[in-house]
Amino acid sequence: MGNSLYGPLDPAPDAGYENAPPRMGFFTDTSVCIGCKACEVACKEWNAVPDDGFDLLGQSYDNTGGLSANTWRHVAFIEQPSEPVFLGMPGSDLPGRAEDAERTDFRWLMMSNVCKHCTHAGCLDVCPTGALFRTEFGTVVVQEDICNGCGYCVAACPYGVIDRREGDGRAWKCTMCYDRIGDGLTPACAQACPTQSIQYGELDVLRLAATERVEKLRAEGVASARLYGHDEEDGVGGDGAFFLLLDEPEVYGLPPDPVVTTKDLPDMWKRAGLAALTMAGAVVVAFLGRRP
Amino acid sequence: MAEAHPVGFQWVVEAKNRGARIFHIDPRFSRTSALAHTHVPMRAGADIAFLGGVINYILTNEKDFREYVVAYTNASMIVSEDFRDTEELDGLFSGYDTETNTYVQASWAYEGMEQHDEPHADTAEPMRHESHGPPVPRDSPRDPTLQHPRCVYQILKRHYARYTPEVVERLCGVPQEKFLEVCAAWTENSGRERTTALVYSVGWTQHSVGVQYIRTGAIIQLLLGNMGRPGGGVLALRGHASIQGSTDIPTLFNLLPGYLPMPHHEKHETFEQWIDAIRHPGQKGYWSKAESYAVSLLKAYFGTAATEDNDWGFDWLPRLTGDHGTYRQALDMIDGKIRGYFLLGQNPAVGSANGRAQRLGMANLEWLVVRDLYMIESATFWKGGPEGPTGEIVPERCRTEVFFMPAASHAEKEGTFTQTQRMLQWREKAVDPPGDARSELWFFYHLGKRVRERLAGSTLPRDQAIRNLTWDYDLIGARGDEPDAADVLKEINGYDLTTGRLLSTFNEMKPDGSTSGGCWIYTGVFKDGVNQAARRKPGREQNWVAPEWGWAWPANRRTLYNRASADPDGNPWSERKRYVWWDNAAGEWTGHDVPDFEKTKPPSYRPPEDATGVAAIAGDDAFIMQGDGKGWLYAPSGLIDGPMPTHYEPAESMVRNPLYGQQSNPTRKVYDRDDNLTNPSPPEKHSEVFPYVFSTSRLTEHHTAGGMSRQLAYLSELQPEMFVEVSPELAAERGLTHLGWAHIVTARAAIEAKVLVTSRLTPLRIEGRTIHQLWLPYHWGSEGLVTGDSANDLIGITLDPNVLIQESKVGTCDIQPGRRPIGKALLAYVEGYRRRAGLFPGHHTPIVTTEDADG
Repeated sequence: MGNSLYGPLDPAPDAGYENAPPRMGFFTDTSVCIGCKACEVACKEWNAVPDDGFDLLGQSYDNTGGLSANTWRHVAFIEQPSEPVFLGMPGSDLPGRAEDAERTDFRWLMMSNVCKHCTHAGCLDVCPTGALFRTEFGTVVVQEDICNGCGYCVAACPYGVIDRREGDGRAWKCTMCYDRIGDGLTPACAQACPTQSIQYGELDVLRLAATERVEKLRAEGVASARLYGHDEEDGVGGDGAFFLLLDEPEVYGLPPDPVVTTKDLPDMWKRAGLAALTMAGAVVVAFLGRRP
Repeated sequence: MAEAHPVGFQWVVEAKNRGARIFHIDPRFSRTSALAHTHVPMRAGADIAFLGGVINYILTNEKDFREYVVAYTNASMIVSEDFRDTEELDGLFSGYDTETNTYVQASWAYEGMEQHDEPHADTAEPMRHESHGPPVPRDSPRDPTLQHPRCVYQILKRHYARYTPEVVERLCGVPQEKFLEVCAAWTENSGRERTTALVYSVGWTQHSVGVQYIRTGAIIQLLLGNMGRPGGGVLALRGHASIQGSTDIPTLFNLLPGYLPMPHHEKHETFEQWIDAIRHPGQKGYWSKAESYAVSLLKAYFGTAATEDNDWGFDWLPRLTGDHGTYRQALDMIDGKIRGYFLLGQNPAVGSANGRAQRLGMANLEWLVVRDLYMIESATFWKGGPEGPTGEIVPERCRTEVFFMPAASHAEKEGTFTQTQRMLQWREKAVDPPGDARSELWFFYHLGKRVRERLAGSTLPRDQAIRNLTWDYDLIGARGDEPDAADVLKEINGYDLTTGRLLSTFNEMKPDGSTSGGCWIYTGVFKDGVNQAARRKPGREQNWVAPEWGWAWPANRRTLYNRASADPDGNPWSERKRYVWWDNAAGEWTGHDVPDFEKTKPPSYRPPEDATGVAAIAGDDAFIMQGDGKGWLYAPSGLIDGPMPTHYEPAESMVRNPLYGQQSNPTRKVYDRDDNLTNPSPPEKHSEVFPYVFSTSRLTEHHTAGGMSRQLAYLSELQPEMFVEVSPELAAERGLTHLGWAHIVTARAAIEAKVLVTSRLTPLRIEGRTIHQLWLPYHWGSEGLVTGDSANDLIGITLDPNVLIQESKVGTCDIQPGRRPIGKALLAYVEGYRRRAGLFPGHHTPIVTTEDADG
């Protein structure tokens, strides 16, 4: 705490923008996602992202596998059989008849994942070329003409989002359609979403809407509804793209408690400095203590 | 709905957010089920049993909206004493003719009207009555107390009495409590204060009893008072943009625009006979003006050449001689009866049932014109189809000359889409089509021009229709050769030919040749010379019915039969459901929507004895297109297969019909031939050779036969390979492994697919047995970025008799691990199955299976 690498803050002013516009973000409400993947297609169309290969993965209806250099929006599909499951006993009972079950209905969760545009973005912190930068909207964007493909950002992302493209070497990820939002347009994914599962807007407004939404769902009996990435006190200072989930984050392949990888950088520098000083001191002492 | 209509599904999500309860009844857990409150898995092909159970629940518990039912439906009509129900005749209605497998419908009529029937000996023209209000005299005996044993209400009650929750559980595999949950929710959410909408798609229509599925839904909605009222209705989701448009201005062989029937060579020899067959002299309703609509159509077709002396060119119209449906045509191609064929935006080699028959048919033509965006399977079947490796089609010897014409996509041309709500929406052109790609309009205009030039001097009678066609449109565009689509829409709208003014409503159409109009129900789309379909006034700037967004036929009316949204006296049934009502002070109907009633006819109006046509519609006859002004719980005529829906097993089933000796629809359209064999069903032997139920449908990621999606990387990567979904239980039974290969076999074909083992499919207990269902998408074929076997190759051609839709949503099959054989070994493999199933050449599937027939 106490430095701009950790804790709540507004990233654009912190990055030096004067009179920055409001921070913009995504609120992805998975409770209304129908898994149509229009977001994946719209993203690729607008950003001219290459296809991710034609591979049947058998991960339910997910055949792009996860966020990558070639998939900047990714829809996860999680099939949750009711408990208890049939164990190879055909017709043991009629569906929905099973007693003692916590949840008798089969559940199919769908969630459109995306770069979180963290308040404290590890990728940006470690980028040696300045290819990654903070925009005036508080988002994080890679400049393809500057990136040298060093890959430090890949290791630095606590979510495993940013990725290097094979055969190209450079790092690619969601830009929150920087070339659209600057013109007052909605990012392609949110524009294409038919059910408003992906909402784009001022982050403050989205956070309020999300809080209301989760309260409404809980009041309707959806006890598992929760927000993810909305909390400014979390390990990345809150996400610019946050989510309403219907189960634990791990179920969707999200880290439960992400922490910006550069959180301890000031401490590390301090310690490194102290160590250097100590070393230097020791050297001095060694010389001082030399027998005449 | 979320799978195939994700954009429309946003409104379901919206309704859910506002508190609506969503039920999804489907054999498989789909993306729709994921968002529904309750998914009810059931056996494919047993929907009438399920819905019949709902009807029984309504009638047994008297949950019907009685005032609505008495006033607006035919519940009180008395039916002929000659009528016998399926409950008495082991699954047949009275009048069945075992020679022709059709019904003589006289006994189904209302009392005293028996003579009005005409036998349906010729099932080849079953759609004549599609929306015509078949002949019913206007004053039939009624019992408003609904107590008469032969009134429709009591007949319905008896007919559905045995569709109990126990029977629903046995037949559909739906637990009784889950079924009752649906019944309770549906009935509690209907009545004065509330309405329920029923949404269906081809999961209902593509059955040998498809029309009766819809009828069952309609009966429920009528009993509950959900028709003609806001938030109610039966909503058919159409399979593509403007499928509604292609029935309004049809691509069907037996209809002309505006649901006028194509004339039949024997029954409609004269213009008079044709018109009378539509308007049924003496009958109530708006079809009485059929002559105005028909003459205006002929004036639009033939212009000044159409005169009263030549019956407006009636003799230039083609004549039906029998069944010319798409499946009949494919088989006729195989038999060498058809020489040339046009395929426009259609890919039957992948998308139509019995793909092998489709391809063999096309391979036996002299010429074939294919217009599409990409080189689809229906253009390359002669060199790249599955019949190549088996030696059934040899490229060097295939006689068909294929002409491929690149087509413009919807974004590359102007025009209208008519969507499911009958709404026309004008589309602008976004970009010019690439290269030689052209619009359909361009293609047919210029083709027509060239044909007419060839025939210019012809005196042959057969050429006169084309010579006399009006073929004059404004040409626009950069090349100056693109017909103006707005000009065509104006022609459809129609003109007052004496002044050149565009008509405002079909009421202005006249039978004297002074008006024209290419489709009477579309008249008004160019009202006041303005393209009403191009209107885009935002919802917040108008009332909630949004009448100024696009234009809906007829007369920009958004809800049909909306007279029923008011009570018989013309007052709203409730404040909450106020929609259209009688304004006594002003002496007219008014409301949020355009009233579907004569503007100034008061609710108290009663027609004089001798009235006919529009004048015969009483002030409380809400269903103004029907011959008796009432919504039909019971269809006294007009349907080929019976006055009430009855549960029949699908044409292919491993279950013996538990309700009747009659196994399947006794009037279903069959093409019993060696290249279209049907898997055996009880009481025939050997149904165990094909022990599983399969169903096919679409994935969100692909478009039908794949012509618009398998060529695109961004869609192909999302669903890159043909697969089959099986339950963990079936996987265990057959040794199938996740992501491993399996092949699926029917009497027609064997295809291979990757296996997805998923609990989204679940075995059901039917009649004490475990029934496994498997599911296949049907998008793949041999062309494109991603290729695979076609599910439609598995399906045989068995059709609903009323509309000739194929039964492609349910069939029986076998599934085995591993890939299918290739080459000639594949043919031998399928032949082996056929032999084991007793399907030898010349085999005929029995149609009538009642006890009497057995004995």
